[in-house]
Amino acid sequence: MMNTLNLISRRSLWLAGLLSVLLAAPLAQAQDEAADAFIKRVSTETLDLVKADKSLRNGDTNKIMVMVDNKLMPHVNFRRMTALATGPAWRKATPEQQKRLQDEFKTLLVRTYSGALSQVSDQTVFVKPLRAGQDDKNLVVNTEVRGKGDPIQLDYRLEKTPGEGAGWLIYDLNVLGVWLIENYRTQFTKEISNAGGVEAGGINGLINSLAERNKANASANTSARKS
Amino acid sequence: MPAPLRGLALVLLLALLQGCASVRGAGAAADPRDPWEGTNRQVFAFNEKLDQVLMRPVAQAYVDVLPSFVRTGVHNFMGNMGDIWTTVNATLQLKGQVAAESFMRVAVNSTFGLYGVLDIASEAGIQKRKEDLGQTLGHWGVKPGPFVVLPVLGPSTLRDTVALPVDWQATPGQYFQDGTRTGVTVLNATDTRAGLLQATDALKQASLDPYSFVRDGWLQKRENDVYDGNPPTDFDYSDPDAP
Repeated sequence: MMNTLNLISRRSLWLAGLLSVLLAAPLAQAQDEAADAFIKRVSTETLDLVKADKSLRNGDTNKIMVMVDNKLMPHVNFRRMTALATGPAWRKATPEQQKRLQDEFKTLLVRTYSGALSQVSDQTVFVKPLRAGQDDKNLVVNTEVRGKGDPIQLDYRLEKTPGEGAGWLIYDLNVLGVWLIENYRTQFTKEISNAGGVEAGGINGLINSLAERNKANASANTSARKS
Repeated sequence: MPAPLRGLALVLLLALLQGCASVRGAGAAADPRDPWEGTNRQVFAFNEKLDQVLMRPVAQAYVDVLPSFVRTGVHNFMGNMGDIWTTVNATLQLKGQVAAESFMRVAVNSTFGLYGVLDIASEAGIQKRKEDLGQTLGHWGVKPGPFVVLPVLGPSTLRDTVALPVDWQATPGQYFQDGTRTGVTVLNATDTRAGLLQATDALKQASLDPYSFVRDGWLQKRENDVYDGNPPTDFDYSDPDAP
């Protein structure tokens, strides 16, 4: 290795340097991707993965979880999603509680939506033109999943994160006209107050309810697949 | 008003009146959009039972027995009549393009699509839209009012409930007479329920309290319908983590 390096003349080193700059240029460009192009790319890539892999469509939870972690989570500010769904109580939660809350919430969402993957066949993602006058910190991209049957409205709420991820992070999702975080705020608030409120360890109550829900969903899915 | 409708109206009125008299749900958690939560929860529980013993099994059998192309044909046929009502309501909202496109859909599908069984318009790229009288009222500024759970029919709002008797006149069954009318109405209900089989299962898995999850989702969805996909939001998105 060292020998080969020594053999390379100064000029070819310079050439190699130029080449690496040229190769890196498209990467730098990807950082400045527009929000709608970003959504188009990520959703099409994900859809293609599901189309190509039967075990994902059959609801193999472990494989779906791996795909979510590798392909989607790098583009999602999941901490912010969980924090917004929890509301003011989030600040009072310990870092360890915050982590458990995120984990259980993620499992709940992945389980809920993995069933929908069985419907994937010939769909394509149509990204609507960006609405003008939106704020970079709170920007909505409207899309429609089109295929057989009625089109499915799927919208994303993004924040611009220069230098982090692909330059954008998703922090809310709208399925068929319903924003996730807003819908979960009531669910989470209710569980916290049912468990006596924030001061009385309500966060743990919420975590336990989510964990129980996840356990029930897991066993329901296993028995459904056996039958 | 035809007799079955009068009966329905009576049930609704009773449900509303009873709702007014019912005590509010536990103090702090009460939602201002849902003053009749007590009654609504009871009707919701009743609907769940009814769905469990009747609607869901029928819809499941329908899916199991009939091949998918037949079900698609039924769905398109019902949807074609829905497009007529969309055309009317888009016109009432002065949405020229939606009205024209929906009219085109009806014209193309009713003729080349064999009375709507084939959805040729969608394949030709004419998008299907849905507008009903509740949306038309919302478009002209009528607020949704309190959340209402209707017996058998499920979640609604006071505004949409007031619009319902008129919307009902445009449901597929009403285009037919006598026995066929009942048959088409039942088939339409079965088609609708069958389309929601997976969604309702997912809903149960997704929620900690199914009632409030369905309520919040329904209210959001109707606002979304009225504003054609981009309703104004007053939800506070500022980062709770930020100092």
